[in-house]
Amino acid sequence: MESTARRKERLDRGIKVRTSGIYSVSSLREIAYLVVPRAVLILGLLILPLVLPNRYWQRVICRTGVIALLALGFDFLADYVGIISLGGALFIGVGGYVAGVSNAWLGLPPALTIPIATLVGAVICTLLLLPCLPLRGIYFAIITLMYPLVLHRIIEALHIFGGTEGISGLATFPNIWVDQYLVIVVILVALFGLRRLVNEDIGLVLHGIKDNDQAVRASGMNITWYKARAVFITAAIGCFAGAYLTHLYGLVGISMFSLDFSILPIAAFVVGGPGTLVGPVLGAFILTPLTEVLREIGTLRIVVYCLVLVAFIVFKPEGLMKYFQRKYHQFERWIKV
Amino acid sequence: MSKETILRVREVSKSFGGVKAVDNVSFDLAKGEILGIIGPNGSGKTTLINLITGFVKKDSGEVFFKDRNISKLPPHRIADLGVTRTFQIMRPYYTLPAFKNLIVPLYSPRARRGAGGGLGDRDAVAIDLLEEVGFERDAHVPYKLASTLPLGYLKRLELSRCLALKPEVVIGDEVFSGLSMAEIASMVRLMEKLQMRGITLIMVEHRLRELFMLANRVMVMNFGKKIAEGVPGEVMGSKEVREAYLGTEEG
Repeated sequence: MESTARRKERLDRGIKVRTSGIYSVSSLREIAYLVVPRAVLILGLLILPLVLPNRYWQRVICRTGVIALLALGFDFLADYVGIISLGGALFIGVGGYVAGVSNAWLGLPPALTIPIATLVGAVICTLLLLPCLPLRGIYFAIITLMYPLVLHRIIEALHIFGGTEGISGLATFPNIWVDQYLVIVVILVALFGLRRLVNEDIGLVLHGIKDNDQAVRASGMNITWYKARAVFITAAIGCFAGAYLTHLYGLVGISMFSLDFSILPIAAFVVGGPGTLVGPVLGAFILTPLTEVLREIGTLRIVVYCLVLVAFIVFKPEGLMKYFQRKYHQFERWIKV
Repeated sequence: MSKETILRVREVSKSFGGVKAVDNVSFDLAKGEILGIIGPNGSGKTTLINLITGFVKKDSGEVFFKDRNISKLPPHRIADLGVTRTFQIMRPYYTLPAFKNLIVPLYSPRARRGAGGGLGDRDAVAIDLLEEVGFERDAHVPYKLASTLPLGYLKRLELSRCLALKPEVVIGDEVFSGLSMAEIASMVRLMEKLQMRGITLIMVEHRLRELFMLANRVMVMNFGKKIAEGVPGEVMGSKEVREAYLGTEEG
């Protein structure tokens, strides 16, 4: 019976306490403690394309990267600004069409269309969402969900930008390595950029808006302006993903407004660990390949997919990343009570 | 009136549905004074603050800050001019340490202008500000998470958020409520200190005794209307005020 009266005790690793200040660079061990997890992530992502068995899986990585970027943006808005955005499809669609149109009509190469689509697309998305920024919670989510549907119908009804067929025959990237490394490098830049941003002063202001927007207004700051900046950053990441997708396949169509782009990132966000930024990226790199593996069992894969999701929400709502972080930062042992 | 008027409120009104929360209230605020606003629950004191600071839209009436009409300005513009407020229900950023709470107001345009562009070590500025309002630096109180702070510190945190903006007017919404006698005593000293520094204060309060020690003038509200205004002793002598607090005699 004695085995029943046990509980898990958790202790912070002594080393962690010392990693916040100047001590973090005082010895190789301390430096390694901070650098190793980051190095594993960066090197892991960079090596990933090299170890994949065939062209098919290398393609999967490209699509995974798109979902990872959207999940990263979702996490940033949801956990650091307090805006729930289902605008993945909007960002992908707008970014994709801007890139597609500037490539097909103006004849610009991808090296130009992608930056243009990232910036112009982000401006368009921000302007579209600007009137809804004072709305909070579910309303903003609904509006962001509605825009892709509306734009989808407009393109369909007015037969603009190629109508239902879309625009095909666009420029593609020179080879599969550019495909993969472009998205992986952008993921890393966006990830570490956002991590830096949320710890800057402006990140604290955004955090303040999430915790308590009235207090931020009482501090003499225009919260709509700061929210618009946050939405712009997320939209830029999403629009890049859209433009990238356009040039990956060499075509742009109304499937770019597919709601998959709004929903899959949220699944990745839940599995990976809300609020960690790196977690959703990890989640995307687990879930998207998983759906590919499950493709063999046909439509049932959606069921399996949902079960995985439900299991995570019920048993590990904190997500994978927070679990790993805890394992890394703390000792655990069983003690008798 | 030899003293310069810093804030003029003219006939502001606000109705919520059929209820007149604030009904034609006018008053002047002289630079450097402490004005107390008292009244029974639901008499419209907090709504009046919300109207002045722009958090609630006025149905009618105007507010002038140093002869500038601020009636139509959004809350952040009014705060930017130097008219700041605390909230009755405290609104700290609970998931941040206390001193990080102040980084947000210190980052605001007004605070940065006041500091001449750069603020230098903002963490140090924030901790100095907190020490000024009574956070013991030696006991590491400024480093504690806002969600773990007791009520008294949260009230001070609210005040320090205003002070970070280097305000001209601070409007305190029930700064004393929920505090122990000792805490109130130190809060009274803090308010006196602010007045010495030339900050004009409006204090909405239920604690009359402490308020009367501080306030230069008192304004009484009931059912959204201003029913009396004057020096503290005089006001409490008025029949209408006593009726508002104690009820009318029936029959």
